[in-house]
Amino acid sequence: MTTATLIPNPREISTEPRRSDKVFRGVVTGGGLSSLIVLGLIAVFLAYRGFEVLREEGLGFITGADWSVTLDESANVVESNFGLSAMLVGTILCSLVAVVIAVPISVFSALYLNFYAPGWLKKILVAVIDMMAAFPSILFGIWGFLVLMPSVEYWGKLINRYFEWIPIFEVEPYFFARSPFVAGVVLAIMIIPIITSVSREIFAQAPLDRIQAAFALGATRWAMIKAVVIPHGRSGVVGGAMLGLGRAMGETVAVYTVLNIVFQINWHILLGAGGNVASLIILKFGEASAYEIKALMAAGLVLFLLTLAVNATANVIVKSTGKSGR
Amino acid sequence: MSTVAVPTMPWAKSPQDRILGASFLFAAIVFAYFFVAATEMKGKLAYAFIFFVAYGVITSTFSFINRGPQAAKDSFVSTLVALGAVVTVIPIASILFTVLQKGLPGLHLGILSSDMSMATPTDPIPTGGLLHAMTGTLTLVVLALIMSVPIGILTALYLTEIKGKFAGPIRFLVQAMSGVPSIIAGLFILSAVLYPITKGYSALMGALALTILMIPTIARTSEEVLLLIPNELREAGTALGGTQWRTVAMIVLPAARSGLMTAIILGIARIAGETAPLLLLTGGGDKVNPNPFSGSVGSLPYYIWKSFNAGSPEAITRAWAGLLVLMILVLILFIAARALSNRKMSK
Repeated sequence: MTTATLIPNPREISTEPRRSDKVFRGVVTGGGLSSLIVLGLIAVFLAYRGFEVLREEGLGFITGADWSVTLDESANVVESNFGLSAMLVGTILCSLVAVVIAVPISVFSALYLNFYAPGWLKKILVAVIDMMAAFPSILFGIWGFLVLMPSVEYWGKLINRYFEWIPIFEVEPYFFARSPFVAGVVLAIMIIPIITSVSREIFAQAPLDRIQAAFALGATRWAMIKAVVIPHGRSGVVGGAMLGLGRAMGETVAVYTVLNIVFQINWHILLGAGGNVASLIILKFGEASAYEIKALMAAGLVLFLLTLAVNATANVIVKSTGKSGR
Repeated sequence: MSTVAVPTMPWAKSPQDRILGASFLFAAIVFAYFFVAATEMKGKLAYAFIFFVAYGVITSTFSFINRGPQAAKDSFVSTLVALGAVVTVIPIASILFTVLQKGLPGLHLGILSSDMSMATPTDPIPTGGLLHAMTGTLTLVVLALIMSVPIGILTALYLTEIKGKFAGPIRFLVQAMSGVPSIIAGLFILSAVLYPITKGYSALMGALALTILMIPTIARTSEEVLLLIPNELREAGTALGGTQWRTVAMIVLPAARSGLMTAIILGIARIAGETAPLLLLTGGGDKVNPNPFSGSVGSLPYYIWKSFNAGSPEAITRAWAGLLVLMILVLILFIAARALSNRKMSK
């Protein structure tokens, strides 16, 4: 008789979360979605503000090279001309120079860190390179301007002397200061840590059994790297390079300090006349009229979409290599 | 009588090998010296470059003669990858050295107790200081923390604990967001908040832009940390009758505490030196501004930028001193983050 009271009443099992869990899930989902919303808002607001200019200029906003505003005495816009092509070409040129310089160096140092460096040295170098990735860009900018620029200009002159027959190394008129090449070198130094750490992680995932198999077959270290590590990590390195490209395209302060901005399309990387969308915004912001600000917003939108596309592609590439694990 | 086999290490370097190695090194140095003297290349970098090329050629020739073409390639690549590592490290060494060398003369006793409101760019170094910049940066960082830490950690929790149907897109977008150029974040706040609503510079505007830059760093690092928490802990929490909320709040988050601190510190390091959005949004005043919600406010990066552009020798020295302080700040944050993440995760 007493046992009957000890048996609890049967109850229904429910997968329905408690109220506290519902609230928790709601809050967390809201927080998670807010980053999605912010990204969407950025595009919407820049497009909204820049719309007027984009409509007025049409396709000329991308293809034109002139950026000028004429005001009358009461500061009304008489005539304005906003074309972004010189800046876009400059942005792409600087970041390509940076990637071309940075990728081989990063790949070599990633290989060194993974397969050559002794343990203690590897630890130190990894910490130092990670730290370099955290340095503020203004540091690179001012260091680049005051310390690096004279040397890089000299390298530019050497390249010009011996490779002038290649069209992009022509310099006419003879003016080397603050060229896209200088900006590219500074950017390269900024993105080397990023590409190095991405490549290092990808290389570290190279299957150990194949590495050992290669050594067991009598391969030298380089033969092993060529046969196992590079096929495994190739697309990861491409992804890392694109991450670096995205970073280089959006870099503002460091480029602004070392680049001479000229509103004219220039493909000659050693000539001291370049362009950069992000630097344009800093350059024109101070004295811009309300209408010109809108044009800057439109320029920002173009840069935003460009970097977003580059970064998204890069992430997809890096992720797919991480998973495949051949 | 028995003989004990002495272990030999055929791969270890014999004295002869060491002497050979040293002589190659010496030969490369000598060659680099004369090559640079004979041609029009100049500077320390030219020496280093020629040295590496010469060393690579000498060692690979030696390997080729002794062990054939495969070994020659291997030796050459060994030199090449070492060169890559050296080239990676040279800039950081140069940056650290330059900032120390040029920044130290700009430091003085009153640098942390006075601001620039009474000083002009050409005043001697002992007038003026960094007080407004330090308080400004502190205000910006604290405001940005208040906004970005909850969003960042909630995003990470969504990705690891709830794993809802938006997890894929959110993870993708957070990664994409970490590549948003800082100037774009500034422009966005300018167009979405400053122009239509507040119509004036303030620390809050700068902090909003910094928040956008900080969220991806915090979210991604926190996600990695939360993924490291063993699932058994979560299961134990549920088995004890805890709701998901109690499990996360009382078991998962405390277990990940030091990792989350690392995420936050890395986030601060990411934004402490951010310049571009502050140029658009904060106005960069020279006085200490106690009100974070209105009025222009100074900050370390803005101070450096302003001094650097002022151009006078004193101002440039001030800029270097500012860079030194900023660099020390970033270094401290970075070392703290590493120390925390290296420590075993405590409960």
